[in-house]
Amino acid sequence: MTELVATDPLPKPKRDIAPILLPITLALVTIPLIGSPSTWLTLTAASLAMGMMIFIMASGLTLVFGLMDVLNFGHGAFIAVGAYVATLVLAPFAASVQADSLWVNLAVLAPAALLSMAVSGALGLIVERVLILPVYGQHLKQILMTTGGLIVAEQTLYALWGPQIIPTPLPTSLRGSFIIGDVAIAKYRVLATLIGLVVFIAIQLVLNRTKLGLLIRAGVENREMVEALGYRIRRLFLGVFMTGSALAGLGGVMWALYREQVHASMSDELTVLIFIVVIIGGLGSIGGCFIGAILVAMVANYGGFLVPKLALVSNILLMVAILMWRPRGLYAVTSR
Amino acid sequence: MTDLLKLSGVHTHIGRYHILQGIDLAVTQGQTTMLLGRNGAGKTTTLRTIMGLWQASRGEISLAGERIESRATPDIARLGVGYVPESMAVFSDLTVKENLVLAARDGPLDDSQLEWIFGFFPALRRFWLSRAGSLSGGQKQMLSIARAIIEPRKLLLIDEPTKGLAPAIVMALIECLKEIKRKGATILLVEQNFFAARELGDNVLVMDNGTIVHRGDMAALASDVPLQERLLGLSLETHQ
Repeated sequence: MTELVATDPLPKPKRDIAPILLPITLALVTIPLIGSPSTWLTLTAASLAMGMMIFIMASGLTLVFGLMDVLNFGHGAFIAVGAYVATLVLAPFAASVQADSLWVNLAVLAPAALLSMAVSGALGLIVERVLILPVYGQHLKQILMTTGGLIVAEQTLYALWGPQIIPTPLPTSLRGSFIIGDVAIAKYRVLATLIGLVVFIAIQLVLNRTKLGLLIRAGVENREMVEALGYRIRRLFLGVFMTGSALAGLGGVMWALYREQVHASMSDELTVLIFIVVIIGGLGSIGGCFIGAILVAMVANYGGFLVPKLALVSNILLMVAILMWRPRGLYAVTSR
Repeated sequence: MTDLLKLSGVHTHIGRYHILQGIDLAVTQGQTTMLLGRNGAGKTTTLRTIMGLWQASRGEISLAGERIESRATPDIARLGVGYVPESMAVFSDLTVKENLVLAARDGPLDDSQLEWIFGFFPALRRFWLSRAGSLSGGQKQMLSIARAIIEPRKLLLIDEPTKGLAPAIVMALIECLKEIKRKGATILLVEQNFFAARELGDNVLVMDNGTIVHRGDMAALASDVPLQERLLGLSLETHQ
């Protein structure tokens, strides 16, 4: 038997850290521009919290894009549904929400979040089977179907809850700020950042340490070959779609508490941000999505403080700049 | 000798194009059957149709007596068919190890099988934890073949494994495929490299315009220069 002579040794695989340095650089560059260190820290904490919430909402969408090649313009519906479902738990237990004890607050918040995730995930199952399944591989029809689904979902929420804004006050123990010197960091933002990090680490562990994760990563890159290896990727599609929907529901609850209100069109303002994050990050890349979400939140917060007039277009400008640098996003996973 | 794979009157349409126009072929158990033909003759489409990646619009495909033409690709793979596509299709974001872990569908990697594979492809051991995307073309082909043989398969469908590879790598690949063959594997191998085809093939099928235009012994075709020129527009001498 002839042994293959390996060709020249490969260089060690390089870790692409340029995208990771981007938010760090942006944060450092804004220190002298903002001037006050305490304001900068407050804005940075706000950026991290907002970024984590956007990441939670966008992470499912990027996997759905990458793995299933589905343009789900209705992703925002899961956010709104998640937020509304949470009010079903939060409203009857308003007294517990307003109690002084953190544990009592969490005893209401946790079931609210879990119920929202369950309902959004179940809605994801229905949407995938009814709206997406007939139009796999047909982008135009996917846009039409999912946009239609979003409109139906919004109108259903109007019909069930009415057009009024529903207040979702923060639990008492999550109100206020941690004061460190002359820096005030809102407690809820700390919690949101921690939850976002936990979700990010959990997704990374699943993707990198389990066979299921390997299948998802491989499927994002080449669905056909995964099937040729004997794996039924349709089931994987459904699982990822439901998980993505459930995460969007969780993000909806967190956003509702962040804004302290829920309304049927709340997803409209978020959908654009989420799509920008997914495109900036690179379709199918969780790491790219994470960095993209932080960048979008930083640009919104720092930009809103420094150049308020640019706030409306700042994220579009960010997307254009990043796509000029890396046309397939920060971390290109798929060839699409 | 029994036929492991049989295609009878198989037609495949891709969009409005009628690619396979009534393919009849048989692959004998334990033998290597070469599928030759000019570019665009329908060789890759034949493999993809067997694999269920493109649906046969008419005809029958059976594997070990079981009809598979309307089965989904994962089900066909689970019947014991390994597929090495022309594009190699390694998962470039995954490491070499992860590519093989995924291919070992039925459980953890078998150490003795792995050592056997490392015997052919030592580069895979060296780059075990490297991303497959950073491998050279030859190494990717090694990984693609290793993925197909990491667990015993009834049938291997291999599409142009020597395409674009350096001569030294081609020779090594031929030796590797010979060894796989010696272990009793049944192989349907698409190949443009006539030298490789002669070295590996027991039987040969030649395709043109979506049909089989010749079937017979590989050795007979290899020794018949006028027939090679008529069927393939080339002769073995020009490929030595």
